[in-house]
Amino acid sequence: MEKEECISQWHKTRDSSTLRNRKVFPSPEQTHQSPITPESKIKQDDSPCSNGSSGDFSARASVDSPNQLLLIVVTGLSFATRLYKITEPPHVCWDETHFGKMGSYYINRTFFFDVHPPLGKMLIALAGYMTGYDGTFPFVKPGDKYEDHNYWGMRGFCAILGSFLPIFAYLIVQELSRSHTAALITAALLIFDTGCITISQYILLDPILMFFIMAAVLSMIKFNQQSSRPFTAPWWLWLVLCGAALAGALGVKFVGLFVILLVGLNTAGELWRILGDLSLSLMDVAKHFLARVVGLILLPLFLYVAVFAVHFALLNKSGPGDGFFSSTFQSRLIGNNLYNVSMPEYLAYGSTITVKNLRIAGGYLHSHWHLYPEGVGAKQQQVTAYLHKDYNNMWLVQKPDNDTQSEIPDLVRHGDIIRLEHKETTRNLHSHLHQAPLTKKHFQVTGYGINGTGDTNDLWQVEVCGGRRGDLVKVLRSKVRFLHKATGCVLYSSGKTLPKWGWEQVEVTCSPYLKETPSSQWNIEDHINPRLPNISLSLLKPNFLEILLESHIVMIRGNSGLKPKDNEMNSKPWHWPINYQGLRFSGVNETEYRVYLLGNPVVWWINLASLGLYLIMVAVSSIAIQRGISLQQERLEHSEVLTGGGGLLLLGWLLHYAPFYIMGRVLYYHHYFPAMLFSSMLTGVTLDTLLRNADLLLCQPYSDWLQRGGQMILLFTVLYSFYMFHPLSYGMTGPLAHEPGSAMAGLKWMDSWEF
Amino acid sequence: MLHLPLMVTARLDLVLVLVTLLSLWTRLSGLGYPGAVVFDEVYYGQFLSLYMKRTFFIDDSGPPLGHALLALGAYLGGFDGNFVGNRIGAAYPCSLSVWSLRLLPALGGALCVPLGYLLTLELRCSHLSALGAALLLLLENSLIVQSRFMLLESLLIFFVLLAFFSYLRFHNAPGRCWSRYGWLLLSGVSCAAAVGVKYTGLFSYLLLLGVASLNSWKLIGDRAQSHMSVCVQCGWKVLCLLVVPVLLYVFWFYVHLSVLQRSGPHDQLMSSAFQASLQGGLSRVTRGQPLQVAFGSQVTLRSSAPRPVPCWLHSHKANYPIRYENGRGSSHQQQVTCYAFKDVNNWWIIKDPARQELVVDSPPRPVRHGDIIQLVHGMTSRLLNSHDVAAPMSPHAQEVSGYIDFNVSMATQNLWRLEIYNREAESEEWKTIVSEVRLVHLNTSAVLKLSGLPLPDWGFRQMEVVAEKLLKAHSGSLGWTVEEHRYGTSQEQKEREAELHSPTHIDVDRKISFWSKFTELQWKMLTVKQEESEHKYSSAPLEWITMETNIAYWLHPSSNAQIHLIGNPVSWGVANLSLLAYQLLVVLYLLRRRRGFKDLPDDAWQRFASVGLLCGGGWAVNFLPFLLMERTLFLYHYLPALCYLYLLSPALLEHIHTHLLSSGTSRHVLSVCTAAVLMSIFLSYWTFCPLTYGNPELTANQLQALKWRDSWDILYRRR
Repeated sequence: MEKEECISQWHKTRDSSTLRNRKVFPSPEQTHQSPITPESKIKQDDSPCSNGSSGDFSARASVDSPNQLLLIVVTGLSFATRLYKITEPPHVCWDETHFGKMGSYYINRTFFFDVHPPLGKMLIALAGYMTGYDGTFPFVKPGDKYEDHNYWGMRGFCAILGSFLPIFAYLIVQELSRSHTAALITAALLIFDTGCITISQYILLDPILMFFIMAAVLSMIKFNQQSSRPFTAPWWLWLVLCGAALAGALGVKFVGLFVILLVGLNTAGELWRILGDLSLSLMDVAKHFLARVVGLILLPLFLYVAVFAVHFALLNKSGPGDGFFSSTFQSRLIGNNLYNVSMPEYLAYGSTITVKNLRIAGGYLHSHWHLYPEGVGAKQQQVTAYLHKDYNNMWLVQKPDNDTQSEIPDLVRHGDIIRLEHKETTRNLHSHLHQAPLTKKHFQVTGYGINGTGDTNDLWQVEVCGGRRGDLVKVLRSKVRFLHKATGCVLYSSGKTLPKWGWEQVEVTCSPYLKETPSSQWNIEDHINPRLPNISLSLLKPNFLEILLESHIVMIRGNSGLKPKDNEMNSKPWHWPINYQGLRFSGVNETEYRVYLLGNPVVWWINLASLGLYLIMVAVSSIAIQRGISLQQERLEHSEVLTGGGGLLLLGWLLHYAPFYIMGRVLYYHHYFPAMLFSSMLTGVTLDTLLRNADLLLCQPYSDWLQRGGQMILLFTVLYSFYMFHPLSYGMTGPLAHEPGSAMAGLKWMDSWEF
Repeated sequence: MLHLPLMVTARLDLVLVLVTLLSLWTRLSGLGYPGAVVFDEVYYGQFLSLYMKRTFFIDDSGPPLGHALLALGAYLGGFDGNFVGNRIGAAYPCSLSVWSLRLLPALGGALCVPLGYLLTLELRCSHLSALGAALLLLLENSLIVQSRFMLLESLLIFFVLLAFFSYLRFHNAPGRCWSRYGWLLLSGVSCAAAVGVKYTGLFSYLLLLGVASLNSWKLIGDRAQSHMSVCVQCGWKVLCLLVVPVLLYVFWFYVHLSVLQRSGPHDQLMSSAFQASLQGGLSRVTRGQPLQVAFGSQVTLRSSAPRPVPCWLHSHKANYPIRYENGRGSSHQQQVTCYAFKDVNNWWIIKDPARQELVVDSPPRPVRHGDIIQLVHGMTSRLLNSHDVAAPMSPHAQEVSGYIDFNVSMATQNLWRLEIYNREAESEEWKTIVSEVRLVHLNTSAVLKLSGLPLPDWGFRQMEVVAEKLLKAHSGSLGWTVEEHRYGTSQEQKEREAELHSPTHIDVDRKISFWSKFTELQWKMLTVKQEESEHKYSSAPLEWITMETNIAYWLHPSSNAQIHLIGNPVSWGVANLSLLAYQLLVVLYLLRRRRGFKDLPDDAWQRFASVGLLCGGGWAVNFLPFLLMERTLFLYHYLPALCYLYLLSPALLEHIHTHLLSSGTSRHVLSVCTAAVLMSIFLSYWTFCPLTYGNPELTANQLQALKWRDSWDILYRRR
């Protein structure tokens, strides 16, 4: 269904473009030409526009129809460039392996864990579901052929959202600068940026995220425009849309926080202006304030929570993400061993158990056939906390002396001394007066002894929190602490990730501080004892808020756990604006179909140069105004556009870029794209203002020529560079760029590009 | 003509004098006690002795000025650098005058108090407020402790306060007075000094720049001034606050590098070229080496990768195991590794594939960029080889081996193309130390690379070397430099082995420019990361506000006498309270002003805002960045921020007194309260004195009584 729709839309846009264009292209079948055709089209459409806007700026009403026309052209081109060759290559590209897989999880309703909030993947799954994808494709690794699975729906959905970006950018810049040329420059930069095209064409979260970011900014600006008519219907509409878009942005990725910050700062400024407006009563101010609280805080919060509610309601089957969550959480999932569980109710000697830490995203007590390395305490077997379910999480509960057991096993009581024997390696849980590997104030915990023989440092006292001597230990429901008999410390999970020698599992220590915290409390999760009767346990079902909080903490932990590996080449934030290095989406060898995510270098370098230019222009104009130099009305207006609109865009760019410098997690090139959108919009405003002020340099007729010539050259440069670099997005085959005979020969301008 | 009588009129602020004397007394008395290494002195002491011996070292914790100042104190005190206190509590030798080591930081710490007094005056507060600020600084136990030992925080705080004081002095001076530019210059110099002592000084420097640019912006808006005068004033500011500090900062490095000329323990971190410029060490070995690498040269190849440790391409008479632990097979040829120590097995000979000889012709035939070469291992004569066999630790890469023909149809693939990475011309010659080269395997176009992973026991825990396709990496792990080099002369293997064992010859030395040394050192200091580890007394920034943790600095070897970094809890509380009160007040004022209620006259508002900008802003810039840092942090990192709060409190009190309280009685009450608070500050200072000075010794019960917070770690000696 949707495929037809896409195609028909595509034809429509092509048709409309050819209609609007008196120059008809003779061969519409030759799809190769479609990225090239815009060249002359833009030229045609552009000249009337610049005529209209540059001649007399105040005659704004008369240019309304060119505006409509331009908008349609932008829309058409945008959709055409994004949807062209959408099904190529017919195999899994790059992160599609994650997000496509997660889409399948939704369709199969299996629970999984991801570091991003669920909305983006839910939308992908919805798109896949609507277009007939059945969730059976495994998405194992990049390069797997899709064959007859319906993947184009998910890609098309992302591409359609991605196609809105230039349109939104066009509208935003037009509102901010009141200039069609500026808007057109921006739209051209974005439409013909190979990076934006590539990132929109695959099953990724980024196009969805950027769609919501731009939608939020657009509605914020529209809302600002309505400030003279508060509390009218359009005013409310834009406010609500802005709130909804914010919820969407945050619901896709936590990067959405930056646009929330942008809108928040803008709103604070707006409220500050309203507060200073003494014609408004305090009551009015309070109304304004409350309206924004409802529209921009409560509504997004509600929507965001609603997304999670849907997420939890949808995913009700056990899946790969279970181990990240607490025992109570897992009991919700059909197929999990804790769902409608039945096991012996009270902990007994001789049972095989798993022990889970009670801190959120705390792991299972774990050990394996590896020793602590030289210099880290005693060189004994490692004991860690591990988030995944694994047979190395199994422990045997033993009496301190190896008595033979009676027919009915004894039950463990509060205050009993036990030994925990690791089932796989038969070593005892052990602690001694050595520093723990990371938390130096604590003691090291190791596996020691063999076949159950050890020493007195292997003895642990069981303590049920809130219990008294002689109380039984309930499986799953009791919070248990293990006190080390010899040193008096308590078994503790610090939550810190061990280095490579510890397989990046979580540190387990013995803490001398006996405060009761979730880190030192554990519960018995699995309990296997064939000699005891199994009883069906009805657990306390967690309520929604608990689940929500828990899943957030798990996500944040997961995010900060994505640390760059030592020996890997990783991308640095300063690489991004200079387009230092892209990402390989698909294909390595000469024979393969290669797609390389790299921004159109001409576009990106224009953006970079305009940033510098913008700062210089703002500095000059604001110093001139501060010094009180008399300026023409027109220049004052330009300066206002620069500081007001340009300032907002610069702030947006900074908010989406600067925080990456202080992030500890591993970074990728594509993290720059939201910032790149702001940067391109700023370029539109800057270059347009610069060209408009050409008359500072030359006298009247020549300055007009200069202005128009500059606009022409700019558009041609962008178009020509797109013509040169379009194989980056639409696929390269044949020899690599550094060899002769390649389509990209001579275009490897930087050694760091890898195509 | 001399006019009689000769008169000198001197005006002396007796309060200032008194405060200074008290401050000197609290910071300087009994400076030699304890005569043992206290806390971080163990760290600075080690650098000090390197300084005294003029041995090169790298310390990533801060720029060199701090160390240089400490070293200056030690030099004046006659320290010969022969003592290395390797643990906290180790006693200094009797011959060493301990107080001279600690004098400079203590003086800096003592001068902070009068500076605080003067700074408050320059903020246009009354003398009483100034006295209050001085007293808060004077009676702060943590500042006293931090000043009395060979540590850098007190110097940092001193320079920061001096910078702000002199800037305000410049700002408040009348416009036509030329001497004010002297103050501006002093401000710039102290900024450079603050940044030079510790990188955290940068926060205050940036704040000062912000304040200065705000003032300049106002100046630009002042239409009464001519364009010329505005330009001149802004130019002066740029010169004194930007150009001078940058130049001075570089100058600290210049001093550092010209003093430290001998090779030392951290040589290995630097490039070969840098090492060669130091006396001893590598320069002794490499001096007089031929520059151009020729066919037949005997070389050692050092990896350019800084991580995990510097190492040299190595091979030895041991083969890869036929099967690895995980069951994968290998070629069973001779191991090629990277070895972190000098060894005769690090020598390789450059061979021309077309010829058999392993000696250098006369004249030597230089190897150029793009030439095809073979590398012969000096001791075993195996050729460096690579082939399509997975490497032991990184299976995605190719194995590199010394080729042994087992007659199993595994052909030799031992041709390598030389690529000089930092070449200037296309056919550049391969030069010792200077050239960074890549070795590209001819058959597979993979590049010789240090993967950095340690091999298991069969590989003697040396590091793995692989060949990898040039796709992902632009890192230094691909680059190699010739370090030791000589022209081979012996044709026979036996002779050659003897030749390899002999030391390389000695001749002229090579210099690299100061700038390249400076950039390399600065870059290394910023990028060298020490292993992340938690210290027993480390703390998180949020714990500082409530002083959750203390730091035990020293414990007497036999008694309970001990020194702790614990602040004065009452002053700490006052500081937090005033910060909170200021924030509330400022929000209230701002909202009311926006609605058109002017509570304060413009002048008072200006003053209130500028106090907040400087003191509140100073606290913020010195505290908030720590929240984002992933380093091991200590309570003493909070001290600069705390000082700003101590300047804020009295200014806020004065504001409340003059502007918020109108009736006489309430003002009276406020005065009484202030007096009571000051009294309790003094009492708590007095109470904690034994832990500050380590003297007198306390009993266990008394110590227990001083444990005001459960989380404080106070040591008891069991008897």
